[in-house]
Amino acid sequence: MGKAELPLHAPGTKVDRGYIGESVPRPGLQRLLQGRGAFIDDLRFPRLAHVAFFRSPYAHALVKKLDFKAALRAPGVIAVLDGRAVAEYCTPWVAVLAHLKGIKSPPQHAIAIERACWQGEAVAAVVAESRSQAEDAVALIEAEWKELPVVVDMDDALAGRNVIHPDLGDNICFKREHDTGGVDDAFSSAVVVVEETFHFGRHTGVCLEGRAILADYNAGEHSLTVYHATQAPHMMQDIFSRHLNIPEANVRVITKDVGGSFGIKVHVYPDEMATAAISVMLRRPVKFVADRLESFLSDIHAREHKAKVRLACSKEGDILAFDLDDVTAIGPYSVYPRTSGIEGNQVVNLTGGPYKHQKYRAKMHVVFTNKNVTCQYRAVGHPIAVALTEGIVDIAAQKLGMDPAEFRRRNLIADDAYPYTFPSGIKFEKLSHHKTLDLLLQKMDYKALRAEQAELRKQKIYRGIGLASMIEVTNPSPAFYGVGGARISAQDGATLRLEPTGMLTVMCSVTEQGQGTEAIFAQIAASAVGVSLAKVKVITGDTGITPYGGGTWASRGAGIGGEAVLLAGRALRSNMLDVAAAMLKMDKAELDIAGNAVVHKLTTEKKLELAELGRVAYFRPDTLPLDFQSELTVTRHYTPRQYGFTFTNGIQASLLEVDPDSGFVKLLKHWCVEDSGTVINPMLVDEQLRGGVVQGIGAALFEECIYGPDGQLLNGSMADYLVPMAGEMPDIVCAHVETPTMQSQLGAKGVGEAGTAGAPGAIMNAINDALAPLGARVTRMPFTPERILKALKKVD
Amino acid sequence: MDHAVETTLTVNGTRITRRIAPRVHLVDFLRDELGLTGSHIGCEHGVCGACTVRVNGDIVRGCLMLAVQADGCTVETIEGLSDSKELAPLQQAFHEHNALQCGFCTPGMLMAAQDLVRSGTKPTRDEIRAHISGNYCRCTGYQAIVDAIEATINGKG
Repeated sequence: MGKAELPLHAPGTKVDRGYIGESVPRPGLQRLLQGRGAFIDDLRFPRLAHVAFFRSPYAHALVKKLDFKAALRAPGVIAVLDGRAVAEYCTPWVAVLAHLKGIKSPPQHAIAIERACWQGEAVAAVVAESRSQAEDAVALIEAEWKELPVVVDMDDALAGRNVIHPDLGDNICFKREHDTGGVDDAFSSAVVVVEETFHFGRHTGVCLEGRAILADYNAGEHSLTVYHATQAPHMMQDIFSRHLNIPEANVRVITKDVGGSFGIKVHVYPDEMATAAISVMLRRPVKFVADRLESFLSDIHAREHKAKVRLACSKEGDILAFDLDDVTAIGPYSVYPRTSGIEGNQVVNLTGGPYKHQKYRAKMHVVFTNKNVTCQYRAVGHPIAVALTEGIVDIAAQKLGMDPAEFRRRNLIADDAYPYTFPSGIKFEKLSHHKTLDLLLQKMDYKALRAEQAELRKQKIYRGIGLASMIEVTNPSPAFYGVGGARISAQDGATLRLEPTGMLTVMCSVTEQGQGTEAIFAQIAASAVGVSLAKVKVITGDTGITPYGGGTWASRGAGIGGEAVLLAGRALRSNMLDVAAAMLKMDKAELDIAGNAVVHKLTTEKKLELAELGRVAYFRPDTLPLDFQSELTVTRHYTPRQYGFTFTNGIQASLLEVDPDSGFVKLLKHWCVEDSGTVINPMLVDEQLRGGVVQGIGAALFEECIYGPDGQLLNGSMADYLVPMAGEMPDIVCAHVETPTMQSQLGAKGVGEAGTAGAPGAIMNAINDALAPLGARVTRMPFTPERILKALKKVD
Repeated sequence: MDHAVETTLTVNGTRITRRIAPRVHLVDFLRDELGLTGSHIGCEHGVCGACTVRVNGDIVRGCLMLAVQADGCTVETIEGLSDSKELAPLQQAFHEHNALQCGFCTPGMLMAAQDLVRSGTKPTRDEIRAHISGNYCRCTGYQAIVDAIEATINGKG
């Protein structure tokens, strides 16, 4: 059997998987290693203008007057624009989706008109010949403001004493209730009932490269080329087309190197829309790169939840029911076009997800506040759902006097119970909770660690071991956004072209943001066609070149884009064999492709180099039969449809030490066992997990956007907002269970968000495990030394 | 620009004389005036390390040094140390360990790492972590970077 025909997920079959499953280094990295990448700010254009924004210093205020006179006279200034001027070129948007019933949000403009609703919202733009000149002129804008009442607290928002958008009637953007029935009965009959309220701080992505856009309007052809650090080029093409009124095919979005995204760069940002509109207005290229201070004020934030969760349990330790009440505050607008209702919705869908109880009730409110907007950021809702589920599970185990690992083993959904419908309504194709738990306990030598912990406690050394099981949404179908009316593609496509020399060009709609998308597409394409990896060149991130598709989000690149590449590869291989059969005058069924050549299928004797096949197909087709036309460019698409999402599962563990005198947490080690289906490149998967875990550790220990009662961000710089640095991070052990999805030929599920989803819960449980003998518990992330000392009642 | 100061410095072996406004940071000068865009700008307040370059043999933050302060100095950037092959062992180790994802921090990280490599010491993993703790990477979680530096120092790069 040739490499390309492999039934990659056939259980028990021994097949040559080509490069699938190989830890090959990513091709093309030398460019980035030598500082020769092409990030937006590296691009040079003639007549390039730079834009800087005048942002509201108040969390909520009317703009009574903007005086641009001094700014207009400043050196290098080309234009100074308010919201009305930009609105003539860019229509406003409303971020709602039909399947989030009742969700509401007011219209939002590229530049705010009359009123600013958060500190940092842009109310004017200065365009100048250089960024520094634009910033100088911003400082010369004079504004008169009338401050309005500020809503910063989510409970105040819910109570609605001050309504931020009076037209909407209240501060509730979206609410959802879910009830299987029987929850009250389960709680009243339960022997063990536990309850806790968990708080999750608001944090943000801190991509090292700020948001960046360079829009280049050509008035001669009414076309707009946008160089954009985005995760979703086709979505942005549609957005620019509709809101700037330029025909879709005249808009080209090009995404070159992107300096980190993590969900931050998948949204529509008002200042970026303004930049594109200004390019149209001024008929010249215009660039905006968010600097670090404005990134903190204007990149989406995320999380900020307060969740009360109750768990009912039998005396034997069987979980009977979960009861959840979650509130999340999202700032003054739902973010376009994905909405800010998804994270809360995910918390309702996922809470309790690994366990086999049948009764579940949830209530969830999404409220407006006068802080920066929040929206989908790496692992959307999962870190909340996992931490509050695993937090309450540990509390229940503690109350029962059961070991947390044993309590999980008793309650995790059995590995042979699939397909399975969870009480929230979501469906699991096939998960492997018990396999991952067993592997984790073995990898970490759980029993030995527990023994060591007990020994050290005698010496007043407080170590904690925390576990976090999880389920995770990956490979979303159109059920995620499309059904709600969002013009966001759940489908992706790949075009493969055999070049005359026998090389392979792959063009795919999923983008590369550093996760290794292009590398795994090269591996899949090479394996499916039968060429060596060095023969493959991958192109992504250009709506003018690649097939249409969704891009990079929701852990979908490998599972959806990868499947499209596989299908296109198999089709191209078949077409190549047609050419070979015609050239060799042999039966196609006797031929195969391996090692950059056409070979005899049975004897593997080399029959034809691919370079010769290409030469004849492209330059001497006159030598082929008259009724034969070669087709050596092939496009295939893939959309997952059988399930709403292809769920994955995994489990993490943290080992750490808490110093009860200082409140400091020292991370000693972290383990992550994940089932992401077919693993295409183990090294890249592990690195996704590790990076994700560290991002989750940041949320658990360091990161919080702290607002004052007046809605002012108090720590909006990298000197004040702490991120994980190398010195504090542990080594992370990764291991895998592979349960391929049967929905696709490739069998890959997503993995990009798993680390971030599970780490905060594991860290929290480990800290609380360490604090348990001291009678303390922390429930408010991030777990700063101050909060730990407060829990220990050592400070007020 | 009226107060521009004539400044002469050597960048990657080439002697350069320019009139530079005093407020221009070294990294902006390298990027905007010389087109050496490999040194990246991440925070502009000296925390993230993306703009790390070498001046007179020491690594500095290109966003905390003014270009005019480099008058008479020798400046080396990622482009220069790549062309001279000084960074080749580290670059190969970073590649093999996947010690970069988006690559935005990588030039600064390599400059910081090379500083340790050429110190001639045999640092522990904790010491490697401490040495690169002024360089922020959001993608990798740092372990692969530590692995790559360790492999290079131990001659397995």
